[in-house]
Amino acid sequence: MRQSSFQTPDPDTRLILEKGGTHFANRLIAPLDTPTIDFQTWFGLANLRAEKPAIPDLAEPEVVRHYTVLSQKNFGVDTGPYPLGSCTMKYNPKVHETLAALPGFANVHPLQPDATAQGNLALMADLEKHLCAICGVDRFTFQPSAGAHGEWTGLLMIKAYHDSRGEGYRNVMLVPDSAHGTNPASAAMVGYEIRQIASGPDGMVDLNALEAALDERCAGLMLTNPNTLGLFEKNIGRIAALVHHAGGQLYYDGANINAILLQTRPGDMGFDVVHLNLHKSFSTPHGGGGPGSGPVGVKAHLAPFLPAPDLMKNPTGSYSLEYERPLSVGRVRSFNGSFLVLVRAYAYILANGAMGLREVSQASVANANYLLAHLRKAYDLPFDQPCLHEFVLSGSRQKELGCSTMDIAKRLIDYGFHPPTVYFPLIVKEAMMIEPTETETQEGLDGFVEAMLAIAEEVKNTPELLHNAPHPNGHTVPISRPDELRAAKDPVLRV
Amino acid sequence: MSNIPNDLLYAKSHEWIKLDGDTFLIGITDHAQCELGDLVFAEVAAVGKVLKAGQVIGSIESVKTASDIYSPVDGEVIESNSTLGDKPEQINEDPYASWFIRIRPAQPGIPTNLLDAAGYKAMIGE
Amino acid sequence: MLASVGIDNPDALFAPIPAEFRWPTGDADPYTEPAMSELEVTLRLQQLASRNINTTTHACFLGAGAYDHYIPAAIDALVSRQEFLTAYTPYQPEISQGTLQAIFEFQSLICRLTGLEISNSSMYDGASAAAEAMLMTIRQTGRTKILLIGAIHPHTSDVVHTYLEAQNFVVDVLEATAISQSAGTTSFVKSPLVTQFAPPDHLDLTPYAGILLQRPDFFGRVGDIEAWTKAAHSAGALAVLSCDPISLALLKTPGEMGFDIAVGDAQPLGNPLAFGGPYIGFLATRESLLRKMPGRIVGETIDHEGRRCFVLTIQAREQHIRREKATSNICTSQALVALRATIYLSLQGQSGFVDVAEQSAAKAVYLQQHLLATGHFAAIDDTPFFREFAVRVISQSSAYRDVLQRLNQFLLTRGFLGGLDLGQPGTTHSILDLPGVWLLAVTEKRTKAEMDALVVACSDFFEQTHARQLTNPIPKGGGGDQ
Repeated sequence: MRQSSFQTPDPDTRLILEKGGTHFANRLIAPLDTPTIDFQTWFGLANLRAEKPAIPDLAEPEVVRHYTVLSQKNFGVDTGPYPLGSCTMKYNPKVHETLAALPGFANVHPLQPDATAQGNLALMADLEKHLCAICGVDRFTFQPSAGAHGEWTGLLMIKAYHDSRGEGYRNVMLVPDSAHGTNPASAAMVGYEIRQIASGPDGMVDLNALEAALDERCAGLMLTNPNTLGLFEKNIGRIAALVHHAGGQLYYDGANINAILLQTRPGDMGFDVVHLNLHKSFSTPHGGGGPGSGPVGVKAHLAPFLPAPDLMKNPTGSYSLEYERPLSVGRVRSFNGSFLVLVRAYAYILANGAMGLREVSQASVANANYLLAHLRKAYDLPFDQPCLHEFVLSGSRQKELGCSTMDIAKRLIDYGFHPPTVYFPLIVKEAMMIEPTETETQEGLDGFVEAMLAIAEEVKNTPELLHNAPHPNGHTVPISRPDELRAAKDPVLRV
Repeated sequence: MSNIPNDLLYAKSHEWIKLDGDTFLIGITDHAQCELGDLVFAEVAAVGKVLKAGQVIGSIESVKTASDIYSPVDGEVIESNSTLGDKPEQINEDPYASWFIRIRPAQPGIPTNLLDAAGYKAMIGE
Repeated sequence: MLASVGIDNPDALFAPIPAEFRWPTGDADPYTEPAMSELEVTLRLQQLASRNINTTTHACFLGAGAYDHYIPAAIDALVSRQEFLTAYTPYQPEISQGTLQAIFEFQSLICRLTGLEISNSSMYDGASAAAEAMLMTIRQTGRTKILLIGAIHPHTSDVVHTYLEAQNFVVDVLEATAISQSAGTTSFVKSPLVTQFAPPDHLDLTPYAGILLQRPDFFGRVGDIEAWTKAAHSAGALAVLSCDPISLALLKTPGEMGFDIAVGDAQPLGNPLAFGGPYIGFLATRESLLRKMPGRIVGETIDHEGRRCFVLTIQAREQHIRREKATSNICTSQALVALRATIYLSLQGQSGFVDVAEQSAAKAVYLQQHLLATGHFAAIDDTPFFREFAVRVISQSSAYRDVLQRLNQFLLTRGFLGGLDLGQPGTTHSILDLPGVWLLAVTEKRTKAEMDALVVACSDFFEQTHARQLTNPIPKGGGGDQ
């Protein structure tokens, strides 16, 4: 690995490990109040590290300033519109943070006796009840740590189900070509062979292609609905019937459930397994790439296979975690899942109530259609149908004029917007996937439209503004485009 | 318009094959390297590996994509070009000099599923 | 707004959904939860939280993979900045340098702790990181079996089984055998309590892609396990170590011992116990295994004007590019938790970090010695331990299988969260079945006064129990035996 080439780094980008000189020890803990021990004797010299780990001793103000300055180089949901398709970057109410920090939640050890954590177990039980009602399924597990982890857990249950019926030969998972990359990757991690189903000209699953792919080896179909084009798979009834008739299970990738919250339910559509991304639809903050939480819901026939431990209600009304589950797929992570993420999602559901969640999906779809109506003339719309919570434009017209979708995305940064998801789904050339969410303000929506229309004009008149975008401004945009080739070719992965 | 030498054979998965005595040299075409963009990594199968047609003999990565390279025939790897790993950019610079492996086919003769230059040119629509 | 786009009725927005699937459907239970105000939600959740005993109400001696270390206040202040909290994965590097640089710092710190060359940006937790590491060994060697050695945390072991067996790989477990001498007879017993710090003679590691060990082990023990890495390498296998990050302030690093991959959970670095999550797995390895590594990686580069900056890199391993051929399906990981760990180490600095580790080690020794001195407990062996240790109840009350359950209940009334009772399989934790064995953790937060009071409470408990036994003899066969 190449060494970092910045021996005397620019003070603005100096790493915390490159600071120092104060040699200040923050008085965070009291001095040892028990007898000291001789570590060389206690552990033996052979068990000790040769040198102490190289971490600078910095005073708290220096550390705080360092990370405050770093935070200012980030763009969050509170900074400005964040129409990142498939990511549902909605506003995260501040009260969630206060609640998750309550000592009665944050400071509970995961192995405390169940009797001492009844508040947490009751919260999980009630959240499960809500999510079952919202999704139309019978049980949920909160073990999975993120969406992809949920996919994998759900697929493990499907596999265990087939095995339990003596149908372990079912080892093919069907995945549409418009699917998120995690779908085939998760299926591969349960040992499934992946069979890709082509989308039809309308952007939906091609029923003929689906029928042709169904055989006795089919374990199931993974589907996002609305799909990654923001279109509702209107043939879902037929799809479910076909897959079930072939002996397969139907898996719902919940990445886009924000569009249909309490308008329709995955369970009613025929899905057997559902995963949710609490860090998308249920408003828990994404944290710059986690922590998330990927609860998985199942219909009753799959419940015996839920991961261990499972939450049980005792005859006395108390709750306990049950570990002895003979048919379970086993343990998928340590302890009890990302509990503090559950606290936030629970607060979100309580605050909204059933009507509020219906309004969430309504407003998210209304906002997306509003943007679509105003942008469809300036950009290509490869699948011209009413969208749900998001839609996919193509920058093909602009590409012919010499500006790529990447250029458009980077130019949006100059205008103060987070770019949409680009180059996905793979079935659309120069794709821009736009999801405003229900919490975007009218001012934000109009500003985004104005910026996109202005950029479409710039493509014709001043393309260099796009080619050189974003333009560093010394504060919110600290850098221009990074040299990704250099980063990958000659990696520097630490100092 | 990419470079498609007439003296080579081509696989539909964008490998070129050069007949060299009773062995084949295998690399990727100019069209393929152009589509992939600047390569940052290349890995080739080890000498002695016995392969079936369609098995992976190497893989390459650019910043935003990755691709496997497949053997067009059954056979044994008798030489592998380890310099590609150190300088993957040579594949972009001169794809027809940048062979990945030399393979000794299990069966004599030329596999029937390969294309000639004209066939490959037609396949990629040039 | 709807009118401006030609829609008059909000229901029309959902016209693409076939009527038969519109909710509520005829036979579905109506879901009519009313909306609540922020105040009502707050009161409801405060009420739930108040039903939990926690480490602010009770002094915590529970560990077993989750540790009650002090969390400096500045961490919460910094990570609650919305720019960190509410950002997505840093796909747009020009407006994500905060997250990217912080992860680069995290990777650098993990390398310095583990003594290895590269680190990814985080995994879900220590257990899934161990499972992913074992999958790496399979990708690297082409072999299809792995071996688990010694007292690995049961959750780690369970998760490794789940991940590996899903793909039909074989997980073998090396069960150590001990000679047990009691009542004049000698027998051989297999027990997780037995240490396996060096490979037994004639053990053939050549079928294995990798071996997994844990240090400190589940019982807190620190043995010299270097012989294992040599044995693995001479058999062409990779050696993986699951380790605790605080212990790495003192203990020989995985890199120094020759391990190829180090994994663990960085919860102890500034993250609350949180009833088990979110936590954060780390995974560090040798540079030669870079392309076999799962998860996101941040690298340094320059922008068009030559400014130093950071980007997600080596992405061709990942699911959004490689799909089913990716090294893992992991996408969202634990970026904000990694930021907490990074800020924790920055605030502690070398001196504070080493102090935390030394105090935890010294205080654990103090508590163990004082518990042994009561005469009610025996050490499980004489291996040195770090921050955590197991003792066996030897008082007369040990005849009762639930003695530790009752001891822990008693301690709750004295303001303590007692150690983990390893004799309750299937109820509180895992598959271990070690009646009468108590696992206690002691962090730097525990004071001498708390430990002295705990020891007194234990003595009081056994005296009271003994007194009750004398007045109320238990019928024969009423208690379990070890």
